Amino acid sequence: MTSLSSASSTTTSTTAQPIESSPELHPSGDQHPSGDQHPSGDHEEHHGDFRMFGLVLFLVGDGMTFAGLFAAYLTFRAVNPLPPGGVYDLELLLPTINTALLVASSFTFHRAARQLRLGESFGCRLWLLITAAMGAAFLASQMLEYFKLPFGLTSNLFASTFYVLTGFHGLHVTLGVMMILIVWLQARAGGSINSESHFGLEAAELYWHFVDGIWVVLFGIIYLL
Amino acid sequence: MESTTQLPISLNPNHGSWLRYLSFSLDHKVVGIQYMVTGFLFYLVGGVLAGMIRTELATPISDYLSREIYNEVLTMHGTIMIFLWIVPVVNGAFGNYLIPFYVGARDMAFPRLNAVAFWMIPPAGLLLIASFFIGGASQSGWTAYPPLSLRTPALGQLIWIFSVLLLGGSSILGGINFIVTILKLRRPGLKMMQLPMYCWAMLGTSILVVLSTPVLAGTLVMLAFDIVAHTGFFNPAIGGNAVVYQHLFWFYSHPAVYIMVLPAFGLVSEILPVHARKPLFGYTTMVYSILAIVFLGLIVWAHHMFTSGTPPWMRLFFTIATSFIAVPTGIKFFNWLATLWGGKIALNSAMLFACAFIVNFVLGGITGVALAQVPFDIHVHDTYFVVAHFHYIVYGGTVFIIFSSIYHWYPKFTGRMLNEPLGILHFVLTFVGFNLCFGPQHWLGMNGMPRRVSEYDPQFTLMNQISSVGALLMALSTLPFLINVIHSAWRGRLAGDNPWRALTPEWLTSSPPPVENWAGAAPHVEHPYGYGIVETTP
Repeated sequence: MTSLSSASSTTTSTTAQPIESSPELHPSGDQHPSGDQHPSGDHEEHHGDFRMFGLVLFLVGDGMTFAGLFAAYLTFRAVNPLPPGGVYDLELLLPTINTALLVASSFTFHRAARQLRLGESFGCRLWLLITAAMGAAFLASQMLEYFKLPFGLTSNLFASTFYVLTGFHGLHVTLGVMMILIVWLQARAGGSINSESHFGLEAAELYWHFVDGIWVVLFGIIYLL
Repeated sequence: MESTTQLPISLNPNHGSWLRYLSFSLDHKVVGIQYMVTGFLFYLVGGVLAGMIRTELATPISDYLSREIYNEVLTMHGTIMIFLWIVPVVNGAFGNYLIPFYVGARDMAFPRLNAVAFWMIPPAGLLLIASFFIGGASQSGWTAYPPLSLRTPALGQLIWIFSVLLLGGSSILGGINFIVTILKLRRPGLKMMQLPMYCWAMLGTSILVVLSTPVLAGTLVMLAFDIVAHTGFFNPAIGGNAVVYQHLFWFYSHPAVYIMVLPAFGLVSEILPVHARKPLFGYTTMVYSILAIVFLGLIVWAHHMFTSGTPPWMRLFFTIATSFIAVPTGIKFFNWLATLWGGKIALNSAMLFACAFIVNFVLGGITGVALAQVPFDIHVHDTYFVVAHFHYIVYGGTVFIIFSSIYHWYPKFTGRMLNEPLGILHFVLTFVGFNLCFGPQHWLGMNGMPRRVSEYDPQFTLMNQISSVGALLMALSTLPFLINVIHSAWRGRLAGDNPWRALTPEWLTSSPPPVENWAGAAPHVEHPYGYGIVETTP
């Protein structure tokens, strides 16, 4: 959600300078680095939109959180042998369906973004809803898997790491579904997202691809390795 | 002085009321001052805690504080000083104030995110201090090593975790903001290699923040699970592995040393050329050594763990990598010395603190290289030698530079000068007190006095008492500084726009600057250190 709030900060702060200064000091009017209302001659207008770059940096940081957790998991597996009977054979059917769901949802999201650029607001919102539904289905299926598993959070080291990793990822999916629904709301006719202004949608899309990619790595490390 | 046209901050009609410092301001200069004042208040709290530690250690027995309270006090001292004073001030305060000037922008890239990042700090700090009064603060040191942190009272430890998570989040948001501002918000024509050195230092620091802080966050969440849900990640009693915590913790906390020190390297590179009236020596090598420190800083963490059963290959690798850091750091030192060489040095308070930084940091750096060597490290591990080394780096290094920077930029912040005699008194008390306090701790550590224990062998009494006297001098040194800073805000000599005749962009506007930083377009500064090359305007 940080990415969204940062995005909105740059768009709204053009009109929200907190301190009034005397107008004669800056005759060129309200100036903000990322704004687009600059008088000609002032250099700030040449700056492109750097909000996506900020989001990428945030995702790099977020990815490092996962990297730390993955590293912990792999180290535990390498140096902390589980007691006899502590190794569980994970069912692969449900997680594989989940993986397919999430990967497919990346394509549906991409489709929604393309529809928006074409000006097809209805198509965009339809594909967004489909994406959100797939995300929700992923969460439901994950929950189902949790209920079917023969171990709990504190059963042993593997179990704890399994739940923390998948749970942390599930939190990301939950946030992503919420983002998609917010974008879906904003993409309605007369909303703030349209074929000209669609940073919110692109940010949510990048985030969704990121969560998707993390899952593929997670699936490989936990279920297949 | 020359200028009477510039009114001081209290009278300047371009500046709103002081209440804006308590508001959710988006002005990077206000946010910078907010960071600085908040950080300094927490410095006072952390200083009181340090005073309690040194009072306890004036005698060999645990007579002033109980052992549990002593542990709480030392944990809070470390946490507050690191996460609430040094990191927010040397990054957040000066970074927010200076970086937009240096890149020729009117604000940070994400002003609202900036304000959010700042306003995460006061609640986190108050929460941390409040834990003293609700069931006792964390007792496991600022490192919170399990299994110790799993056995000490859970409430204080959980509050500590939550607070550090908030502060880490604030740090990450700030880091993202700095990277985007430096890389994307430069005025047209301003090349990366024309940026003042502090920009490079903050770029490097922010890369470390974004890459390493999230790992700490994940680790602390796992630690919280161990405490609350009784999982066994780091609890060897139920199959966990405490050394994994140490690896993950130091993956953040070793870069954290550079997060505290690299910005100080940047600031001193701004201050020395101005007061020596010479260009910064070896700009390009400075840049590359910062980048080298960033890279090496990420791959040396296990030198904190030579006694944690690390295998020989790991010891070898981390010893060599750590020793390598001395190379880029040494380059920077010789560059600073060469900057001073033959300069017209003005020995004012800012310069005194900056020069003392060089002295202190060389000492701290040499003990750092010594600690990287496994045989020596095993001998002094967890003794006062480590405490002395660390304080020579972060106090003798970074805190000296924070004071130097306050003397240097105070005229920019307020439009008034600080009082020089009081500044020199502050410097003498700090320098003597600091060396008296931490110098003897090298000897204590070499002779085997363990850290983090409230009682010690009576043979260490004299050196501990000398150290405590030094701490008292450091406490006293805060008084002239506080009087100076508060008094000068109203009664200080008017500074004019550019009292140091400096060339860096923040001085090429009024002091204090207008909200939009420059009345017209941002100046294009091609030679921020062109003393003797470019005409300086008084």
